[in-house]
Amino acid sequence: MTPEMTPVATPFFFYLLSGLAIIGGVLVITRRNAVHSALALIVTLLAVSGLYLMLYAPFVAGVQIIVYAGGIMVLFLFVIMLVNIERTVKERQFNRIWPAGVLAAAALLGLFVSVYVKGKTLLSDPVTGKPLWPDPTISLPDSSNTQQIGVMLYGNYMFAFEIASLLLLVAILGAVIMAKKRI
Amino acid sequence: MAEITTLHYLVVAAALFVLGVIGVLTRRNVVIVLMSIELILNAVNLNLVAFSRMWGNLHGQVFSVFIVVDAAAEAAVGLGILIAFFRNKETINVDEIDLLKW
Repeated sequence: MTPEMTPVATPFFFYLLSGLAIIGGVLVITRRNAVHSALALIVTLLAVSGLYLMLYAPFVAGVQIIVYAGGIMVLFLFVIMLVNIERTVKERQFNRIWPAGVLAAAALLGLFVSVYVKGKTLLSDPVTGKPLWPDPTISLPDSSNTQQIGVMLYGNYMFAFEIASLLLLVAILGAVIMAKKRI
Repeated sequence: MAEITTLHYLVVAAALFVLGVIGVLTRRNVVIVLMSIELILNAVNLNLVAFSRMWGNLHGQVFSVFIVVDAAAEAAVGLGILIAFFRNKETINVDEIDLLKW
């Protein structure tokens, strides 16, 4: 990486954005009102898109803002308005077996932590002695990120791209048929 | 402060993933369960982009674009099912969705 490309205050922005993302996530799963959850989720999505920018992925960051924050969250808010019933705010928010759910999630977190700790120390490459997760020092040609992703989408990933468009078509049809009163 | 490595991003993604799992397993409101699924998908996306940065190629970013497509399809169909269900049963609580339970 050339010196003039070195970003400023990277740790500060990383901790700021990841803190925002995690606080937003906590609010999503704890708020009573679904609208508040949706707004917290928007904060999380924007923070994660900032993290994408820090990872030199401007195209994914743009897609995140446009598709997630602009499209999917509007859909969520519309559905919340359609099915908003007053009594859901007043009644129990967590199901009866929530301790089991939290326990399972804690076990999953323990699994992640153990994998990361082992990956940092034990699973280093025995030949070169490098850690399994090296520092991100390989520079990406960030000036033409979108162009390169486009070339890859229409090159290597042509078939997957077409399947994805078919999936979207099926999802449109499915959503319309599901939400229609009489077909 | 120390340099931000891939592991830092992986830890953030793991935290978001676990928060999403807690939301899916404990909340009763279907809309919030679907939002928790979005949290999980975001965590996976963050991992993919971090690994893409680590290896210096763009495959991870292309994968994350596909996951965004998948999330859009899932949200559309899931919310359509939710509207159809709400029209029939007047509730959006997960534990009252038991039509297939014998």
